[in-house]
Amino acid sequence: MENLAKNLWVIPLLPLLAATVGTFLPRRLHRVTAGLSVAALATAAILAAAAFLSVVRGGALYSNVPWFETGTLSVRVGWILDPLSAAMLLMITVVGTLIFIFSTGYMAEDPDSGRFFCFLSLFAAAMLGLILSNSLLLLFICWELVGLASYLLIGFWYSRPPAADAARKAFLTTRIGDLGFLVGLIWLYSESGTVLFYDQGAGCLEPAALSGIAGRATAGGLALGTAISLLLFCGAVGKSGQLPLHVWLPDAMEGPTPVSALIHAATMVAAGVFLMARMFPLVALGGSAELPAPALVVMAWTGALTALFGALTAVAQTDIKRILAYSTISQLGFMMMGLATGGPAVGMVHLLTHAFFKALLFLGAGSVIHGCHGEQDIRHLGGLRRRMPLTFATYAVGMMALSGVPVFFSGFWSKDAILHSLSHWAPSRVPFLLGVLTAAVTAFYMTRQMIYVFAGTSRGPDSAHAHEGSPVLTVPLGILAGASIALSAVTTPFRPWLEHFLSPASTPSESGSVWGILILSALACGAGLAAGGILYRNLGVALKTGRDPLERWVPRMYTLMRDRFRFDEFYRATLVKWVGAAAWISAALDQSLGSVFRDLASFAASAGSWLSRTVDQGVLNASFDDGCQAARDAGGLLSRTHDGQPQRSLRILIAGVIALAAGLLFLATS
Amino acid sequence: MSAATLHLLLAAAMFCIGLAGALCRRNAILVLIGIELMLNAANLNFLTFWKYGPQPQPLDGPVFVLFSVAIAAAEAAVGLALIIAIHRRYRTTQLEEISRLRG
Amino acid sequence: MTDLPMLTLMTLTPLIGVVVLMVLPASLARASRPITLGISLLTLLEGVFLAHQFRTEGGQLQFIERAPWIPSVGAEYFVGVDGLNLLLILLTTLLIPFAIATSPFPSERPRLYFALILALETGLLGNFTALNFVHWFLYWELGLIPAYFLIKFWGGPGRRTAALQFFLFTFAGSVALLLAFQALFLATGTMDFPNLAALARDGSLSSGLSRAFAWTGLNPTRLASILFLGTFAGLAVKIPLVPFHTWLPDTYAEAPTSVTLLLTGALSKMGVYGILRILIPIFPAETRTMLSPILVGVVVSIVFPTLVALAQTDLKRILAYSSINHLGYCLLGIFVALDPVPQGPQWANERAAALNGAVLQMFNHGINAALLFALVGILEQRTGGRRQLEDFGGLRARAPILAGMLGTAVFASLGLPGLSGFIGEFLIFKGAFPLAPGAAALALPGLMMTAVFLLTLLHRVLNGPVNPARQEFQDLSRRECLVLAPMLALLVLPGILPQLLLRWTNPSVVAFVAGLAP
Repeated sequence: MENLAKNLWVIPLLPLLAATVGTFLPRRLHRVTAGLSVAALATAAILAAAAFLSVVRGGALYSNVPWFETGTLSVRVGWILDPLSAAMLLMITVVGTLIFIFSTGYMAEDPDSGRFFCFLSLFAAAMLGLILSNSLLLLFICWELVGLASYLLIGFWYSRPPAADAARKAFLTTRIGDLGFLVGLIWLYSESGTVLFYDQGAGCLEPAALSGIAGRATAGGLALGTAISLLLFCGAVGKSGQLPLHVWLPDAMEGPTPVSALIHAATMVAAGVFLMARMFPLVALGGSAELPAPALVVMAWTGALTALFGALTAVAQTDIKRILAYSTISQLGFMMMGLATGGPAVGMVHLLTHAFFKALLFLGAGSVIHGCHGEQDIRHLGGLRRRMPLTFATYAVGMMALSGVPVFFSGFWSKDAILHSLSHWAPSRVPFLLGVLTAAVTAFYMTRQMIYVFAGTSRGPDSAHAHEGSPVLTVPLGILAGASIALSAVTTPFRPWLEHFLSPASTPSESGSVWGILILSALACGAGLAAGGILYRNLGVALKTGRDPLERWVPRMYTLMRDRFRFDEFYRATLVKWVGAAAWISAALDQSLGSVFRDLASFAASAGSWLSRTVDQGVLNASFDDGCQAARDAGGLLSRTHDGQPQRSLRILIAGVIALAAGLLFLATS
Repeated sequence: MSAATLHLLLAAAMFCIGLAGALCRRNAILVLIGIELMLNAANLNFLTFWKYGPQPQPLDGPVFVLFSVAIAAAEAAVGLALIIAIHRRYRTTQLEEISRLRG
Repeated sequence: MTDLPMLTLMTLTPLIGVVVLMVLPASLARASRPITLGISLLTLLEGVFLAHQFRTEGGQLQFIERAPWIPSVGAEYFVGVDGLNLLLILLTTLLIPFAIATSPFPSERPRLYFALILALETGLLGNFTALNFVHWFLYWELGLIPAYFLIKFWGGPGRRTAALQFFLFTFAGSVALLLAFQALFLATGTMDFPNLAALARDGSLSSGLSRAFAWTGLNPTRLASILFLGTFAGLAVKIPLVPFHTWLPDTYAEAPTSVTLLLTGALSKMGVYGILRILIPIFPAETRTMLSPILVGVVVSIVFPTLVALAQTDLKRILAYSSINHLGYCLLGIFVALDPVPQGPQWANERAAALNGAVLQMFNHGINAALLFALVGILEQRTGGRRQLEDFGGLRARAPILAGMLGTAVFASLGLPGLSGFIGEFLIFKGAFPLAPGAAALALPGLMMTAVFLLTLLHRVLNGPVNPARQEFQDLSRRECLVLAPMLALLVLPGILPQLLLRWTNPSVVAFVAGLAP
C-alpha cells in the first residue's frame, strides 16, 4: 500500500512518456504514435483499476516529496489516492482509453494524427496528474497544462481560422478564471503555510489549518475561508464553463470530435467540479445545514443559472456538437448545484455518470459526422436510424441517460440525487425549481436532436450516403453505452454504493422523500420527451418552410436562444472593445510620451548648441580670432626671410654663429 | 711659431675654404665637399689639441677622430643620396633652383 | 575553491578574443565567427566551472579578489560572487555564444562586429561581479558603448536615431549615477558597496552626508533622498521602468536581432541587478520612504506595456514591450520585499519568496527573451527582414519545428507552469500578495494581457491558412536546431526542477532578507 502511494506518479508518467516519444517520432510513423498512446493509457487503466480496488479495500493514502526551497520554507508536492481521486482515476483512464481507441479509427486518414495522439497523451498525463496531486500548487500546474492541451487540441486544425480562434478564446477565457485560482492559491498558502491537502495533520484541508482559517475575516468583512473559496471557484467557473465564462466551451467544438468527447465533455471541464469537491472542507467552512457557507450559496446559484441557461440554449442549436456542448454546460451546472447543496459525493456521482454518457454521445456524434463526411448541421441529417443502426442504438442509450429516463439509466439516478439535495436546501427553493425545469428542457432538446438526426428521411446528400464505421468506432460506443446503464447499479438511492464510497460520512436519505423526488424527476423527463415528440413529430413537413417547429411557435424566444442569449455579442461590445480601446489609448500615450522625451532631448540639444554658438562667437572667437590673425600677420612678415634658398639660410646661420662667438668673446674678455 | 700653431692655422685655412665653398658654390655636390672640408678641419683640430695638449692620454684623440670620420662617411652617404633624390626629382643639382622650403 | 583569480580571468577572457580579432588579417575575416564563438564558449566553461565551485551554504560572497587601485578616489579592485549574481554571470556567458551563433554573418566589418560583442561580454561580466563603484561604473559604460556602435553600424533603417536615443538616455542615467556616487564618496570616503551598505545600516552614512554637505543647508534625510533618486533614475533608465522606457522600443526594433537579444537578455539585467546590489542595501530607508510611488511605477510598468504591445504589429516591438512587462515583475518582487509593515519570521519567508522569484525571473526571462528574439531573427532572415504580423500566417504547416519552438517560448513567456517562466512569477506573486496586496492585485491584469498579446502573436504568425508569400518557407535547419535546443532545454528544466537554480540563490536571498530588517 505504501509503495502504491509512492509510485502513483507512474500513472501520469505513462502517457507523458508516450507523448514525449511521439514528439520525436517522424511524421510517417503516426500509427506507431497512436499505438503507443493507446498502450500507455490502457496500461494506466489497468494500474488505475488496481489502485481503485486497493482504495475500496482500505482508506486513503498519500506521499509528499520536497520540490524546492525558498527562504526557510520547503515547498512540497505529493500524490494522493483517496476515494475521490481513485474514482476519477478509473473513470479517466477507462473513458480515455475508449476514446483513444475510437480516435485511431476517427483520425486514421489525417496525416497529422501523430501530433494528435501526442497532444491527447499530454492531456491524459496532465489530467491524471491533476486528480492525483496532493498539493494545490501541483494541481494548479496540471490544471494549466490541461488548459494547454485543450488549447492545442481545439486548434488542432490550425489552418482553419475558426479552430485557431476558438483555441485562443478557450485559453484566454479560462485564464481569467485561472488568475482568480492563482490568487486564491497564494492566499491560502500564506494563511496556512502549506498547500498540501493532507500532511499528517499539517495539510491545508486538515482540521488544524481549517480551524486557523475559520472565524477570520478579510478587510471587506468577508470570511477568510469564503474569500479564498470564491477565488478558487473563479478557476472552476472558467474551466467548467459556468456562467459567465462559459463562452469558450461551445467554440471548443471546433476541435476533432474525440477531443470534444474526452476534454470538453468527460474530463477536463469536470476538473472545476473536481476542484471544488477536493477543496470542499475549506469551501464549506463555517456553514451549517440551515445556513450554508456563502461560497456554497454562490456555487449553487451559479450552477442553477448555468444549468438552465445551457439547456435553453441547447434547444435552439443546429450543430450536432454544439447542442451537446451546451448540454455539457448545463450538466456542469447541475454538478455544481449538487456539490454545493448535497456535498461532494452528490456532485461527483453525477460527474462520473455524466462522463460516461456524454463521452458516449460525443463519440456517437463523431460516428455520425464520420459517417456523413463531416456534415454537422442537424437540418441536413436525418433518417440515420436505418443507415447507422449501431450508432443509433448507443446514441439512444446516451440520450436517455442524459434526459434522465427512469430506472435503467445512470443519469436518472445521479440527477435525482442532485434534485433531492436541492429540495432540502435551506436558503432557497428557486434552484430546485430551476433544476426540475432544466431536467424537463434537457429531455426536450435531446428528443429534438434524436428526431432531427435519426428519424424521418435524409435531408442532405451526405446523410443519404451515410455508413456505419469500422468496429474501432462502434465497439467503444457499445462499451460506453453498457457502462452508462451498468452504473445505475451503484448509484440508486436504494443502494448508493458510489455515493458512500466517495463520501463515507454522508447520511442515507429518508425513503419517503426519495420517492417523491423520483416521481417528480420522472415526470419532468416524461414531459420533456412528450413535448419534444409532439412538437417535432412532423419535422419533415415543418422544415419545408425552412423554420424549426419551435421557432414558429415562440419566434422571439427561439431567436434569443439560438443567439445564445447574446453573450458573445455582449462581450465583444464591452470587454473586447474596452481592451482594444485601452490598447489603442496606451499605444497613443506611449507614442506621445516617446515624442515628448524626444522633443525634450532635441530641445535641450538645440538650446545647448545655440548657447555654445553664441558664447563662441561673442566671447571666445572675438579675442581668439583676433589673436590668431595678429600671429598670422607676424608670421607672414617673418616668413619672407625664408625664401627656400638653402645657402641663404646657411649664411644666416653662419652670421648667427659669428655673432654668438663675438658675443662670447666680448663676455669672456669683459 | 710652434708646430701646434702651424697645425691650427692649417685647420683654420681648411675651414675657411670649406665655408666659402659651402656658402658660395651653386652646385650641391660642391657644397657638400665644402662641408666635408670643414669637418676635416675640425678633426685636424682634435688631433692637434690631443698631440700638443697638456696630458695626452693614449688614443683619446684618434678615437674621437675615427668616430667623427665614420659619422662623416655616413653623413656623406646620406647627403649624396639626398642629392641624387633631388636630382631625380628636379633634374638639377643647382641649389638656387630648389626653393621648396620657402616659408 | 581554487586560488586562481577566477572572476578576473573570466571577465578578461573575451578581451583575448578582441585582441585576436584586431590583428586578424582581412583575408581571414570569415574566421572571426568561429574565433569569437570559441572564446565565448571558453568563457561559458569558466562560468560553469565557477558555478560548480560555488559553495551553496551560507550565501556569502565568494571568489573575492580585492586589491588597492587608486586609494585617493576610493577606487579598489573588488569583485565577488554570491547567489544574487551567479545566475546573471551564467546568463551572460550563455547568451553571448548564443547571440554569436544565431547572428547572421555581417557583410560589413565582421571583425569589428564580433569584437564589439566580446567587449560587451567583458562589460557585462565586469559589471555583474564588481563590488566597488569605480570599476562597476567603468564596466557599466563598457557595456553601453559597444552596444551603441553595434546598433549604429549594423542596425535597421532607423539605426542612427535609435542608437543616439539609446546612448543619450542611458548616458543621462549614468551621469545621475556618477554624481550620486561622488557625493557618497565625499561623505564616506569609500566606494565599496558592502562598506557603504554597512555605513548605511549603522547611520554613519547620513551623518557623513550632513557633514560633507553642510553648506547646502539641507538635512541629511533630504540629501540621502536626492542621492537615492539619482541612483534610482540611473538604474531605472537601463531596465527600463515606465516612463523612462521610451528609448527601448525603437532601440530593440532597430538593433540587429542578435544585439536586441543581448540588450533584453543581459543588458537590461544590469539595471535590475544594480537595484538589488546597490540601491536597496545602500538606501534601504529611502527606498522604504518612496516605496508607494515606486510600486505605482512598477505596476504601471507591468500593465501599461502589455496594452501597448497589443496595439503593435511589429514582432520585435511586441517582444520589446513584453520585456518591459517581464522586468516589471522582477522589480515587483524586489520592491515588495522592502515593504516595512509586516515583520516576523513568516514574512521573512514571503520576502525571500519574492526575491528568489525576482532573481529567477531575471535568469529565466533572459533565456526566454533571447530565444524569442532569436526566433524572430530567423523569421527575419527567411523573409528578407520582414517582421510585421501580416507578413506571416500559417507557418505551422511549413515549419513545424520552428512553430514548436516559438510556441514553447511564448508559453514560457506567459508563465505556463512546467516551463521556466512560471516559477519566477509564482514566487514573486507568492511574496507580493501577502506583502503588498494592492500592488500585486493591480499587477494581475498584466498576467492576463501578456497572454492576450502573446497568443495573438502566435495566432497571427503560425495559425490560419499559409500566407501566399510564405509558401516556400523553410523549417529550421539541423544547425539552427542544434543552436536553439540548449536554450529550449533551459526553458523546460528550471520549470520542472527549480531547485537547480534556487539552491544557488536561496541562501544569499535569506542573508539579504536578514540584512533588510530595520
